[in-house]
Amino acid sequence: MKFDVIVIGGGPAGLAAAHAAWQDGCKSICIIERDKELGGILNQCIHNGFGLHFFKEELTGPEYAGRFIDMLRETGVSVRTDTMVLDVTPEKQVHVVSTANGYEILEARAVILAMGCRERTRGAIGIPGTRPAGVFTAGAAQRYLNIEGYMVGKRVVILGSGDIGLIMARRMTLEGAKVLACVEVMPYSGGLTRNIVQCLHDFDIPLYLSHTITDIQGQDRVERVIVAEVGPDRKPITGTEMTFDCDTVLLSVGLIPENELSRAAGLEMDPRTNGPVVYENMETSIPGVFACGNVVHVHDLVDFVTAESQRAGHAAAAYCTGVSPAAAPLLPLKGGNGVGYTVPQHIRMENAQDGVSVFFRVRAVYRNVKIVVRDEKGTQIAAFPREHLAPGEMESIKLPRVLLDKAVGALTVEIEEGSERA
Amino acid sequence: MYDVAIIGCGVIGASLAYRLSRCKLRILILERENDVAMGTTKANSAIVHAGYDPEPGTLMAKLNVQGSAMMEQLCTDLSVEYKRIGSLVLGFGEEDKKTLSRIYENGLQNGVPGLQMLTGEQARALEPTLSPDVTDALLAPSAAIIDPWGLCIAEAEVAVRNGAELRLRCEVTGISEQDDCCTITTAGGETFQARYVVGCAGVDAESILRMTAEPQFKTLPSRGAYYLLDKSSGSLVSRVIFQCPSATGKGVLVAPTVHGNLIVGPNAEEVNGSRDKAVTAAALDAVASASKKSVPSVDLRQSIRNFAGVRANTTLSDFYISPSSGRVLHAAGIKSPGLSAAPAIAEYMAEQLEAMGLTLTPRSDFDGTRKVNRFRRCTPEEKAALVRENPLYGRVICRCETITEGEIVDAIHSPIPPCSIDGIKRRAGAGMGRCQGGFCGPRVLEILSRELGVPQADILQDQDGTILITGETKTGGAQA
Amino acid sequence: MTEIICITCPKGCHLQVDENNDYAVTGHSCPRGEAYGKNELKNPVRTLTSTVRLTGARIPRLPVKSSAPLPKGKIFEVMRLLDDVTAAAPVQCGQALLTDVCGTGVDIVATKSFEAAP
Repeated sequence: MKFDVIVIGGGPAGLAAAHAAWQDGCKSICIIERDKELGGILNQCIHNGFGLHFFKEELTGPEYAGRFIDMLRETGVSVRTDTMVLDVTPEKQVHVVSTANGYEILEARAVILAMGCRERTRGAIGIPGTRPAGVFTAGAAQRYLNIEGYMVGKRVVILGSGDIGLIMARRMTLEGAKVLACVEVMPYSGGLTRNIVQCLHDFDIPLYLSHTITDIQGQDRVERVIVAEVGPDRKPITGTEMTFDCDTVLLSVGLIPENELSRAAGLEMDPRTNGPVVYENMETSIPGVFACGNVVHVHDLVDFVTAESQRAGHAAAAYCTGVSPAAAPLLPLKGGNGVGYTVPQHIRMENAQDGVSVFFRVRAVYRNVKIVVRDEKGTQIAAFPREHLAPGEMESIKLPRVLLDKAVGALTVEIEEGSERA
Repeated sequence: MYDVAIIGCGVIGASLAYRLSRCKLRILILERENDVAMGTTKANSAIVHAGYDPEPGTLMAKLNVQGSAMMEQLCTDLSVEYKRIGSLVLGFGEEDKKTLSRIYENGLQNGVPGLQMLTGEQARALEPTLSPDVTDALLAPSAAIIDPWGLCIAEAEVAVRNGAELRLRCEVTGISEQDDCCTITTAGGETFQARYVVGCAGVDAESILRMTAEPQFKTLPSRGAYYLLDKSSGSLVSRVIFQCPSATGKGVLVAPTVHGNLIVGPNAEEVNGSRDKAVTAAALDAVASASKKSVPSVDLRQSIRNFAGVRANTTLSDFYISPSSGRVLHAAGIKSPGLSAAPAIAEYMAEQLEAMGLTLTPRSDFDGTRKVNRFRRCTPEEKAALVRENPLYGRVICRCETITEGEIVDAIHSPIPPCSIDGIKRRAGAGMGRCQGGFCGPRVLEILSRELGVPQADILQDQDGTILITGETKTGGAQA
Repeated sequence: MTEIICITCPKGCHLQVDENNDYAVTGHSCPRGEAYGKNELKNPVRTLTSTVRLTGARIPRLPVKSSAPLPKGKIFEVMRLLDDVTAAAPVQCGQALLTDVCGTGVDIVATKSFEAAP
């Protein structure tokens, strides 16, 4: 079977990319989703706060996904749910398997990778202790609670103050559990302020910054955890230990782009994002293979996933009509002081007539600083003042074409040297 | 009345059950946990040692080399994942070189095939990621990696399929001897009678031995912690990389696993008992620094899981395989290389039982093989055929390891049905991967509940007591 | 005087609100922050999201929300009402499952559509 565009993943990224490609006149599009329905992780994110940027109103996760699913219903985009992609080849063959259609090799002119991300686990951060039941990633607990209707515990300590952890603190509390503490190893929260206030403060749940769990105890089910303060080196400080009697530990300790297919396909990867290296239009190192959403870099708001994925969808549609930007002149981009990474990593000048938006995250909390863009000679080509920057929030700057034309060699995006950390 | 009762179904008990089930015997296996392979068998280095470590002339030396030689065919017969990838013991300087020479000589005497002393350079030519500080190495091409719990489960399954009776959640509390048999009592108040009893209770073997005789040794449980690294690190080395052995064990190794990960560990620290399996920060630090000595580029941030296992070390240097009376045989102190030696230990114990009076009459109808479908190991054509045969092979449940619903359902309906998520993990591999069951856990729970006909809330994570679900939300019920 | 963190933007200004002085706000850096500070003490409201039991569909829970923000103090009361609600598929996103909960004038509505399971 042959398609113009195959979209791998039916979460918010895949939905928006497919819809954008359809709007541009692509008539043969297939979304492949491993779950039984479209929507991805939004289906279990039943809380509100989605869509303020894109739909200009506050929606819940299922509502946000539902809007796109409804929009796609009006199109001729085909959808295969309950179907797993096993392999994507550089020739854009997509190997899939499903109970309905067995093992198939689908072919596409363009492929859009939209597989999203997964949660970091206990093993990834090496929490010492026993291995009892009752240690869950926040997302897994969220699924049990919101989809299956099961409580995974009664007395809960949350490690990590990422948004999913904060949201789960409120959900578990509303459903009758006692959330004893939220423990964050960094001196600042990784979640949105709104969630700190409405999920923790509202329910008097203490947030311990610069603390971590140093021991999980319990033979069969979690019985208690030991929490200690950490120093600037993030190592526990002896003598600061506190004991929490709990039966559950929820982990909200970061997300990792899910790129096993991308790696197997041979895409060039960025070790800083753990996602594929992309050009200005979300094309990867293999022509005609695009990537968008959390598979490229972990976003804070779904609205930005949507916007990025629309760019990928439009670009894939253009690729199918034979439009391929020249590889040169090429402007590489990278993060400098205080900036963890940039997306895109490369700008093809031919494809940047209207300038380019650059997305990144900062490494610390800053107040009243300048984001500066320098070229290889150190010349500052742009500066963007910001009142507030935090690692929990994705930042973006827009580089107009005239400024890009001024640059000599690779661009570095960084926080102005000498800036004060908050 | 049973002919033989085996106490404990780790890899030793299962190997013996498998061996004896070839004969016309009524076999009973008593296991205190809710599944087989629940002790040291499920938490070890997963290595089949070549056999150069043990002192020549010991039981350990003989059974290790014999077991290693038997393992490949056994794993083929039982559809257990096994790869003979060879091992290197690294030396760092003159002292180590002496040790290497000694174990090389040991190996020759023990009959280990293909041993070869290498220079540091030769070793790095084979394994480019080895430290530049490596000066010498001993190559043992017969060493292998294996799925240890897979072997145990397979052997137990085949024994059960051939008529052995397995009783789970059956903790033995006493053994009394009569003229013509033994009576075994359990914590649940049951009694079983068997003509011969064999203790294969791993770290707790001493307590079984104590039921019939005063032990001549003391158990010194020794805990070892590990890192399991993501598959992206799985080819950092292509052989098992050891350091020179010391008094506390074979030291920290770095090795690929049959599942494609990299295993790094263990350290050694004395603990109180078989259940003392906590991982400490100090242990992880010790493993981390020791592993970097062998392979400096090992990236422990790629860790997907830490775990610890407990070795059945004793005050004896050798295995203790010996009868305590005319009817009761014990396998105790089966520390490393116990897994490697397991098939040979079973053979040896069968001979001992025969010497004690048990008649081993081979059965003509014995089928010693087992076949398992592993979707991820199939070619595209084989995959297509599997899904045609059973559409459930077309639904991937564990996305990290590409484990299908078909494989999970097969595991649930196997001769020893698992009752836990980890039971499925050990059989089918779901949840073994980088997300550690975050995605597939709820789905595996659902499938277990459906296939076993029990409520989801009753499905466990692993051993009894490992409750996952503590209740339901919205327990009212009026119609809207 | 009560100190609260403003959530109208990511800056997270620490506001001081003086209940004894007509809820005068200090510490804000924009008018939206001032308005938030006043409201948050005078009449704090929250949108409630949760689930109710669902029958006849592929999954056993239906996500729901309050059609408008509820007084913060009523949240647990409304949660208790949800314990006794069972929706039956088919359900339409936006469909009201409870109306005028606790006399607030606010409804509880489905946030996802479900077809009846075959």
